[in-house]
This record gives sequence, structure tokens and C-alpha cells, in this order.
Amino acid sequence: MSKRIAESLSGKRIFITGGTGFLGTALVERFLRTVPDVELVLLVRSGQRTSAAVRAEREIFRNDCYDRLRSELGGAFDALVADRVQVVAGDVSRDGLGLEPEALEILGSCDIAIHSAAAVAFDSPLDGAIEVNLLGPGRVAGAITKALEAGARPQSGIELPHLIAVSTAYVAGTHQGRAEEILWADAIRETKAARTHTTVTTEVDIDAEIAAARRVRSDLEAQSRSPVRLQGFSKEARRELGSAGMHVIAERAERFRQDWVKRSLVDAGRARAQSLGWPDGYAFTKALGERVLAADHTDLPISIVRPSIIESALEEPYPGWIRGFRMAEPIIISYARGLLREFPGIAEGVIDVVPVDMVVSALLAVAAHGTRDADGSDRSAGGSTYSGPVPGHPVVIHVATGSRNPLRYSRLFEMVRDWFSEHPLYDEQGQPIQVPQWSFPGHGEVQGQLRRYVTWLGAADRLLGSVPVRGVGDLRSRILDRRGLAMRALSYAELYGSYTETEAVFDVSRLMSLYESLDPEDRRQLRFDPLVIDWASYVSEVHLPSVVTHARAKTTPERSRASRRRDRATRAVLSPERKLVVFDWEGTLIASNVIDAYVWLAGQSLDAPERMRFIARLAMQAPRLWLLDKRDRGDFLRAFYRSYDGARVAEMQRGSWELFHQHLLERSYPAGIARVRKHREMGQRTLLVTGALDFVVEPLRVLFDDVISAGLQLEDVAGNGATVQRYNGRLTGIPPIGEARALLVAEYARERGIELSEAVAYADSVSDLPLLEAVGYPVVVNGDQRLAAVASKRGWHTETWKMGAPGAPWLATAPLAGGRRLRPEAVRRAIDLLAAGGLAGSDGSTGALGSLRRPAAKRGTSGRAGSGIRSERVRRLYTAAVQRGLKAVATLEAGGTLRVGRSRTPSGLGRGGGPSQPGGQGRAGDTPGGPERGR
Amino acid sequence: MSPRPGFVLPVERSTPPVLFWNGEGLLLESLPAERSRVIYPPDPLEPLVDPVEAVRDALLHPLGGCDPLPTLLRPDMRLTIAFDDVSLPLPPMQAPDNRQLVIEEVLDMAAQAGVDDVVIIAALSLHRRMTEAELRHALGQRIYEAFAPSGHLLQHDAEDQEALAFIGKTDQGEEVEISRRAAESDLLVYVNINLVPMDGGHKSVATGLASYRSVRHHHNPATMLASRSFMDMHHSELHSSNWRMGRLIRESGVKVFQIETTLNTNTFPQQFAFLQKREWEWRVRDRASFVAASRGLSVLGDRAKRAILHSIRAPHQMTSVQAGEVEAVHEATLANVFAQQLVRVEGQTDILTIGLPYIGPYNVDSIMNPILVAVMSLGYFFNMYRGRPVVREGGVVIVRHPTPWAFHAGHHPSYIDFFEEVLAETTDPVQVVKYEEAYATDPWYRQLYRKGHAYHGVHPFYMWYWCAHALDHLGAVIVVGGDRRAVRRLGFKAASTLEDALEMAEDVVGREPTITHMRVPPLVMADVE
Repeated sequence: MSKRIAESLSGKRIFITGGTGFLGTALVERFLRTVPDVELVLLVRSGQRTSAAVRAEREIFRNDCYDRLRSELGGAFDALVADRVQVVAGDVSRDGLGLEPEALEILGSCDIAIHSAAAVAFDSPLDGAIEVNLLGPGRVAGAITKALEAGARPQSGIELPHLIAVSTAYVAGTHQGRAEEILWADAIRETKAARTHTTVTTEVDIDAEIAAARRVRSDLEAQSRSPVRLQGFSKEARRELGSAGMHVIAERAERFRQDWVKRSLVDAGRARAQSLGWPDGYAFTKALGERVLAADHTDLPISIVRPSIIESALEEPYPGWIRGFRMAEPIIISYARGLLREFPGIAEGVIDVVPVDMVVSALLAVAAHGTRDADGSDRSAGGSTYSGPVPGHPVVIHVATGSRNPLRYSRLFEMVRDWFSEHPLYDEQGQPIQVPQWSFPGHGEVQGQLRRYVTWLGAADRLLGSVPVRGVGDLRSRILDRRGLAMRALSYAELYGSYTETEAVFDVSRLMSLYESLDPEDRRQLRFDPLVIDWASYVSEVHLPSVVTHARAKTTPERSRASRRRDRATRAVLSPERKLVVFDWEGTLIASNVIDAYVWLAGQSLDAPERMRFIARLAMQAPRLWLLDKRDRGDFLRAFYRSYDGARVAEMQRGSWELFHQHLLERSYPAGIARVRKHREMGQRTLLVTGALDFVVEPLRVLFDDVISAGLQLEDVAGNGATVQRYNGRLTGIPPIGEARALLVAEYARERGIELSEAVAYADSVSDLPLLEAVGYPVVVNGDQRLAAVASKRGWHTETWKMGAPGAPWLATAPLAGGRRLRPEAVRRAIDLLAAGGLAGSDGSTGALGSLRRPAAKRGTSGRAGSGIRSERVRRLYTAAVQRGLKAVATLEAGGTLRVGRSRTPSGLGRGGGPSQPGGQGRAGDTPGGPERGR
Repeated sequence: MSPRPGFVLPVERSTPPVLFWNGEGLLLESLPAERSRVIYPPDPLEPLVDPVEAVRDALLHPLGGCDPLPTLLRPDMRLTIAFDDVSLPLPPMQAPDNRQLVIEEVLDMAAQAGVDDVVIIAALSLHRRMTEAELRHALGQRIYEAFAPSGHLLQHDAEDQEALAFIGKTDQGEEVEISRRAAESDLLVYVNINLVPMDGGHKSVATGLASYRSVRHHHNPATMLASRSFMDMHHSELHSSNWRMGRLIRESGVKVFQIETTLNTNTFPQQFAFLQKREWEWRVRDRASFVAASRGLSVLGDRAKRAILHSIRAPHQMTSVQAGEVEAVHEATLANVFAQQLVRVEGQTDILTIGLPYIGPYNVDSIMNPILVAVMSLGYFFNMYRGRPVVREGGVVIVRHPTPWAFHAGHHPSYIDFFEEVLAETTDPVQVVKYEEAYATDPWYRQLYRKGHAYHGVHPFYMWYWCAHALDHLGAVIVVGGDRRAVRRLGFKAASTLEDALEMAEDVVGREPTITHMRVPPLVMADVE
């Protein structure tokens, strides 16, 4: 380090804000590493749960920025930090920086204050940006003045602290051409034609802006709570999460509301900024912050450093060091992933990028150079024209490259494209991604295209969302992914477009004169002359490799990542640490639902025609049931279970075993059943939670440690001299679904001293979201589309389980009396059809015969059944079928509203209302599936 | 006029393609000329003219020094009638079933003797429970209606400890444990359908009414490796063990009255008559039926195909019935089975080809899963020999079957886990044994077996043991047209076409191998010289 810089800073105490930021981290590191006896006071905001000191430790000193210093110092690093760094808690968005009196005293003892804290996101909400960017610099200056007034140190004879405020070159806004290193006020004062050579010149009533911004926040907060808006948020949440339960929906709706407020504030900021000539709220608030600082704090010597777009380090602390995913990085990575087919920008325009270490060096030089005395004599000797600030006369320094060493947009694009052609990223299949060629279309065109695409995808998603089909979940989550990416691309284009379309050229004469003023040795060290950058090597050897590493992008073709992740997730789920494993039943372990069970149980003692009518009646109710289920699963179950009103308990319980073994088991997912058994084998507690009725899941008890299910109330009904137990169709409690399910499981776990964070839950439907969110290890099995979308967003482990064999029928009915199935007649006819080949006439001249004579290998390729089928017999069968169909319809019509009330309904079910009549063919002990295994 | 005997056809250039079953499909395949031969089963034997009369006659004139049935019946006795389960015959026969004919006669005699305490038991062993429809079909409506509602028609439960009686141990240390009701009855009448030579004899009671504790003594790899084949009781350790057990049961005082019936090979109804005709004798109607059936099946979904094929009822007819003392009865039965099924085959072959049909003993009204594909080809058809196996040692079996990775979760739950867990580890029957206990005693499988319609948890192991002799004997097994993943899991090789399979087999057995095709069903038993 130059003797001169080190010398002039020697023994100084420096106050720094924004130390946890990109620039601040590098700044603190440079001071500690290169200026031996400088003391640092860092203003750090306390976190919600962490103190300022802890945040500083975590967010500053653990950053890889310090790797170099750590390795140089070894064990002495911590001592150095403890020795030379002091952390004070405070917040630039609060008046007086929120400093405690002792902290204020420390501030008063500082020689230099570097204010680098800012809300750097271009999409910061307006009010936040106002607080930090507009009011922040003035607050720092005010705090310094207050500290001096408090008499922390004697004023006379001692130099005033030097305030160095980091601003941005883009305060020049939409200015075209050379932008000078000059303050707005000076530009207005010095020349009447300020507009020709400087920054945005619009007069702004700053107090009114502040008041308006604060009003906008409260207006939007109020507006977001209007009934119409609230309904909108709830509707949106419901569309995303369906019947996930009130609380989950409410939480989501509230998030939508907050997001809406934030988005609206961003939009408001951008609109206001653009109306005044700045590209966005960031540049706007920064520019006003400069004005406030210069106008209100004439009692301090102030330097304003305006960097352009700060990117990764050229050399220090090591080439390519970068922190956070900043401005150009997301664009570069999105481009490399092939997502940005186009981007706004002026091909021959200049992208003004500056490496972070150059900005740090310039700040160091500004700090070391110091202020001028009140008489105007510069404290630093030398032949340079650079002179430091005096109170009332701030100095502005650009740290930018565009005027001295311009990097053209088209050249940058080519370098990026060539680099990624040589070092492509890889997609999930392990294929290299080909980067697109940009055509640099006119202003606003890219944004327009993207906006249309986003709208189109949104419509596609809504369309899919309204289709009640499982299995489109995958497609829908792909569409949502696409839409997310397109929205991101759009937001990049909107946010950064103005920076790639900027036409201001930032003058760096003062920066260069500062550079000239340095001792040659210092110049060699600090190297902040933009000419030292070789753009080609900076972009392809320093910046891009760093960005790619930083983004953890996939740079090798290996495919195993997803499967490795799967394996890891499976291992985590099957780890012996898990104490409780919760399974949903319908949809998760079995491809069936409550209706399926009802059809079997209610139909079990109806004869064939009655059964057809019963099913037809149910089919007519299907749309209503579907809607009900979609709206609220609890309501649906309650309503549907009313159908069990009057069902005989004994019959339901017996029927359930047959239902399970003859039908449900066939529709179960063996992999799921095996998983239950596996968990149990490992000694984990297994719990079945289902909205199905207790008697339906009775056969499952042996599989689980415990079962939580819905139950129906019982009634004793007297009739024919004996009392019979019947269900009355009302639930005994809240059905264990949705939030109730999560609560029941939580209660269950608490009673057994099990932490839910160590529990696994398997479920398939978005209504299980509360449960899945409650446990530490959620697993989505064959998720419905909403849940699949949630799972993919949150990276939850998913499983796809299938039935033992495809085609097991849904809505099967119990065997008819005598064990017959509903189908034999149709099947017998089909056999006749197949085997006899329709050769009723058997005249030996059919086309079918011809095909037999051809060589064997050629045959069997045609799917047609041969011409023999087109026979009298088929016609007869067809006519018969049509007639039967007509007859069935006629029967149904005769039944009017399709009631089955008059028929025998021994189970007490399947009727359209009214009391059921006892009777029927079944005798006691005559179980439908044949006698029990007996003794 | 006695029907035509079985026939071994040497394949020549002019020989028409041969019928292969392909699971739930049918196709014709050409076999290489000059070195292939096709074993055709004998034509169906003439049935008994009056089976009811024949049954009555057999009951009145029992074999082996046994007294006529009526003299064994008295009013205050406990009579138990056991009968073979749904695994026999295949396909299920058209009504009336042999079991119905026999049991109706037995019940008539019992009624005449005034016997009150009669229980009928389906001798399931470790098979799945029969459904009501299956019971009604096997026994007839009259018997079902008379016995089922009152709880006098039972299905054997090998897991109901209270309903089992421990008889003792054989001189080889084999534990014998059978149905308590059967053991404590004054007379146990066992009604058989002897479809293959393995069935019947002492195996009926000693296996059909036994528990896992007892069955495991002969259902294991060692026994199966020593049974060459288990279709030939004189060279079958399976039968030796069952005979020791049967004799112990007899010595313990259980009086068994054995009734065995045999069927002819009239396997398919009129519409499917071509299936049991020799191809060169197909008439126009047969050819058209073949085309219609094979094309029709090829366009139908799995479920529809299964529904249609499993509704086929075979027009089997009774060819003999014999009753009395177990061993004497069984000897006569075997002679009758052989009379129908035996075909003389000269010398062994390098390659045996089989087209697997849609049905086997363990997938009636169900799915033939990959394990059943293995057991049908290597357990059953490979073992349908007397003397020496049809295929030489180190030879190859080529099976045609789609072998889908599909299981009936209701009937074969433990098969699924066996396939996923055990076979993924090893396909060696001897190695497989170490997993057996866990499956056999698993409470979930036990419930599914007892309350549902599932095979016992241990059953897939038995299926795999059934293949032990073939796996030991063969150089390779190739499945044509099978799901490759499933075939590989079985430890077999997969081929797309028969031609490819034959090429692959040449790597094992050498160039220009001899090929024998077993044209089954109808069933045929090769008497290899």
C-alpha cells in the first residue's frame, strides 16, 4: 500500500454504513487488509432476532471476501476484527439513525463517514426507497452534526468529519450524452443551460414527494383492504389452493395482499420517477437524496461518489469476487439457460459497468485525499487539479468506465454469447443449452412480447385449473414454471431495460484528476483508471466464470442430480430418526374415494335393474357433488355421508370387508402399502388419517398402529319385534380432513411426545396442505394438480404410485345375489362374437381365410377383426343391444325422478328417501364373498 | 372306438405354423423344419356314459379293501367332506362340476343313513378363499344353499390355530397338522378332481387341509430338487413326504374315504374347438375362428380380454371315478390320468418351447403375474414328464408370454413384495428361503389370506421353489414377447421374436439345436424314453 494513502488514513476512525452490502463488504475488507491502523465503526441494522454484532459477523466477516485476509492472517483474523472494528446498532431509515447516545458519541469521534447503505433494488417499494435513499444521506449528515453539537469533540481547530456519500451515476436519468460530475444545484446555478450537459434538471418539491410517498403507502394499504380487493385475493388463493382449508387460504390471501401493496408501491415509484425523467424509483430517490444532502447540510464537507453499475471484482480481494445476485447476473444466467430470447437495449449503446474493487479504490483515494480547509487550500499537496470538498461545496466524483473505456452493448452481448457457446449450461437431461441470438428490436417491443406470453400462459393455466382431471398436474406445473420464468424475464426487461437503453455518458475528469493526484506507487496499487480494464478478459475470464459459479448453474452434462436429490429425499423420509409417519388413504394409498365405497355398500343388496337405476341416479348427482367437493371437502363429506341415513350397521360392517378385499385392495397402490409396512418395520409409528368412514377402513387397522377416521352416529330402530342398529347419516365429529386433520395429527403427536418436525406425511390432495405443512417431511403422492404445483415450488419430495395392474374398475358393485357379476350376459356374447368369428353361414369364402394363408410373420399386424365380423349375427346383436338400451331408458323414465324408493332395499340404502323396508334375499350368515374360513 | 392317442409331429417344410398361446392372446409360429417336433395331446377320452351312476357304483364298491360308503355312515357320527379348491380343473368346468356330482351322492347316502353332523370344507391349504360364485359353481346351488347359510360350508383356514389339530411327527421329523374338524371326524370324505398326476393320493389331506407348519416340510427347495418330477409320484420327494404324512394321519385314527375323479381333455367349448385340433386338420370354420379370436383379443384391453377368457367353462367330462382306501384309489386314478395324457416321446431335446395360456392353477379369474409365468412354465409344463425331462440337461426353455409387470393386488399381495424385494436380491431358490419366515408370519398377509381372497404370504416362495428343479436342470430360460424389466427380474432372458430366442438359445446349446414344442393346453404328459 502506498505510504501516502496509508499515512494520511493512519490513526483515522471511519464510520461506515451499508457494510453488509456488496460494496460495503469489499470496502471494509480493503481497509482492514491494506490500511494498518485505521479503526472502523460499522453501522449495522439489528435483525429481528439477531443483534447488530451477530449480523456483522455473519454477513460481513464470514463472506468469502475475507478468505484472502483470513489466509494471510491465520488465527489472528478474529483478533484483528475485534481490535479494529466496532459495530454500532442503527438504521439509516430512522431519524437520527436510531443511535443510542453512546453510539452517537462514537460517531462524533469519527474522522470520516462513508455512507454506502442504500435500497439498491430497482424494484424497491417507493416508500422504502424514499426512507433509505432519499432521506438516508441527510440523516447520516444530520447525525454527524448532532454528534458534533453534543460536544463529543471540540469543534474548533479540529477538522470536520468528511462525509463520503455513495450515490449512483444514474441520477443522470434519461439524460442523453455527456453527464458531468456536478450537482444539480450547481448545474442550475452555474449555467442556465444545464440541460445540455448534466443531469435531470426537473425541479422537485422534495417534502411533497416524501409526504406523497408515505400517503401512497397508507392509501394502498387501505385500498388493499377494500372488500372487492379482499375477495379478489381470496379468490386467487382459492384458485391456487382449492379446498386446502380456511387458514391456508387466508394465509395465502394475506400474502397476495401484501404482495399487491408492494407491487403497487413499486409501480407507483416507477411511474413517479418516469414522470420526472428518471428510469425508476432507485435513480429517482438517489438523485433526490443528493439534492437533500447538498442543500440541507452545508455545515459538513461532503464528497459524493457516483459509481455506475458495480460488478464483480477485477483484482481485489480476488478476481471475480461478487456478492449477491445483482443486476447483470440474473439476466446473464437467464440468458445462458435459454430463457431470454430477446432483451431490450440499444446495440451500439454503452453498458457502463465498473468492477467493485475500482469503486473501493476510488473511495479509499477520496477518503485519503480528505477535505479542503475553510480557506480553500487543499490539504494534500501535488500538482493535480483535484481538490477535496469544503462545507457547502460538495465534490462529485463519477466512478464509471463509459467515457474512457466504453463497453458497447453489442460487444458485451457477443462476448457473453461466445462464452456460453463454449461453456454452455446444461439442462436437466444433460444436454447443453444453446444460447439465443438477440436482434435488439425497438424500444418496448420485447416487453410487449413478454407481456402477451405471460397473459397467454395465465389463461392456459386457468383453463387447466378448471378441468377436474388428475394427471394434468404435471402439465400445469410446467406451465406455471414457464409462466414464472416469463414473468421473471419481463420484470428484468422492465427493470433493467432502461439501463441497457441508457444514453448518458458519464464524465470522469474529476476521477482522473484524483487519480493523477496519487503518488505513483498508490496508482499502481489502486488502479482505478478505467483504462486498466481489458473488457474481453474481464468478461470472459473474470466475470462470467464467477457469475456461473455463483448461480450454482449446471455446467456439466451429468444427469444424476435429480435422481441424487430423489435418493436423498427418500433416505431422509425413511431415516430411523423419523418417529411418526402419517398416511392419507384415498388417493394416496388407493385409487378410490368415498363415492366408490358408497356405490358398493349401498348397491350390495339391490338386484341388477335396481342397481342400474341406483347408479344412474348417483351419476345425475355427480356434477353437484363435484362442485361441492371442489368448494369445501368437509361440506362435501358431510353432505355425502347423509346418504348413509338408515343404513344397517351390521350390513355395512360386513359389506366393508368384502368391499375391501374384492374391490378396494385391487385399486390400492402396492408400493404405498409396502411403504407403510417398511416404516412400521423400522419401528416408526404409523398413523392413517382419512375422511373415509371407520367401518370402510376397518380392514386396514392391522396395517397401521393407529387409525383416525370419520364415524357416523348410530340409532337403534325398532321394527318387527327386534331392534336394529342403523346409521343416521350424521357424523360423530368433525371429519378429519383439511385443517382438522393437521390439528388431530398435531394433537396425536403431542400426546405421544413426538415432534412434528420429525414426522413424515404422505398425501395426495391440496386439501392435505395444512397437514403437509405441519410435518417436517411432507411427501406428495400422485399429487392433484394444485398440490403438484405447490410441491414443485417448494421442492417437496414426490412419489408416483400405481395400481398392481392397470384397469381395475372404478365404481365396482358388489356381486349380485348368488355371487353373479353384473356382466355375464354381455361377456358370453362377446365370446361368441370372438370365437365364432361371425361365421354363422360358414360359407368358407371369407376374407379372414385369406389372411390365414399369408406367412405367419406378416399376420397379426392389422388391428381389424376381419371381414367375418360384418355378419348377420353382429347386426342381430347390435339391434338387440339398442333395444335393450331403449328399454332401460324407458324404465328409467317410468321411474320419473329415477327414484328407487319402491324397490327392495335391504341395506336401507339406495332409496330416494323415506324409510327402507326390511327383507331381501340375503340370509343371516350368507356373506356375499362366500363363507368365512372356518373351523 | 378309442380316441386317437397323442402324437409327436416332426416339423417339415410343408408343416403349417403351429399354434402358440401367448397369455391372453394367440398366434401361429413357424418352427425350424427338419429339427423340430410338436407334441400333440391325445384326443379326449370317451366320458362315462352315466357319471352319476358311476359315482354311486364307486361309492358302493370301494377299492383297497374299504367298506362301501353306506356301511361307514351312522346317524350320530361326525362326517366331514373336503373337496379340491378353485385351482382345479382348468379352465373351470361346465356345470355340473365333478365335485357337485360326487358330493351330492355322498350327501344322499349320508341323509339315508341319518347323519346329522355334516360339514363341508374347501381344502384350500394356503390358497385363496373361494368366492361365493366359485363355491356355488363347484358344489352346485343345492348344496351351497343347504350348507353355506347355516355355516356348515367352510373354507379351510391354515392360520386359525384353534381350528387345527397337531397329529404328530413322521419318522423323518415332519410335523403333521391338519384341520381339527377333519381330524376329529368319524369319517373324512375327500373329493378330488385329478387333473394332473400330481394331484390326489395322500397329498389331498396332508396338504389340502394342512397348515404352514406342516406344508413347509415338503414345500421347500430341497424337496423340489429331489422331485424329478413332481408329476411322477414314484420319483417325487414331494409325494414321499406327503405319503409319510398321510400314513401318519391314517395311523392316528383319522378314517379317510378318498374319492378321486378324472377328466378327459375336452378343454375348450365349441367356439374354441380349434384350440384342441391339430393345425393341419383345421377347417374353414376353425381358421376363421382363430383369426377372429386372435385379432379380437389383440385389440381388446387387458381387463376385457381377461373377463372374456376367464369366463370360459371347459366341457371337461368325467372319465373315471374311484373311491375307497387312499393308495389303492390313487393307483387306479393315475392309470386313468396317464391313459388320457401320456404321449411317448423319443429322446430329449435341446430346446423346449411352450406357449403359455391365460390361466394356471393360481390365477383363476385373476392376472398371471410374472412369478406365475415362471411357475407355469418351469413348475408345471417343464415337469409334465415321466422318466426324463423333455429338454436335456443344460438345455433351454423358450416361453411365449407377454409377462406384464402386473399383479392382482387382491389375490397376490405378497407376490408383489416378493417380486420387488426378494427377487431383486436373488433368484436362487435356496437363497430365497431366508426371507420365507418373515412373509409366512406377516400379520398383514395373514389377514388378507384369512379375511380376503389372497394367497398366503408364503405362497410366492412355494411358486419359486416349484421352479427349483427346472432352474437347476436348464442352461437358460428365454421369454419371448415379455416385458423386459419383468423378465430380467425373474432372472430370465427376454427376446422379441421366437426366431431371436432360438438364435439366443444357440449360444447355450450349440448350433442346429433340436426343438420340441409342447402344444398345450389340452394337457399332455411326456413319457420320455
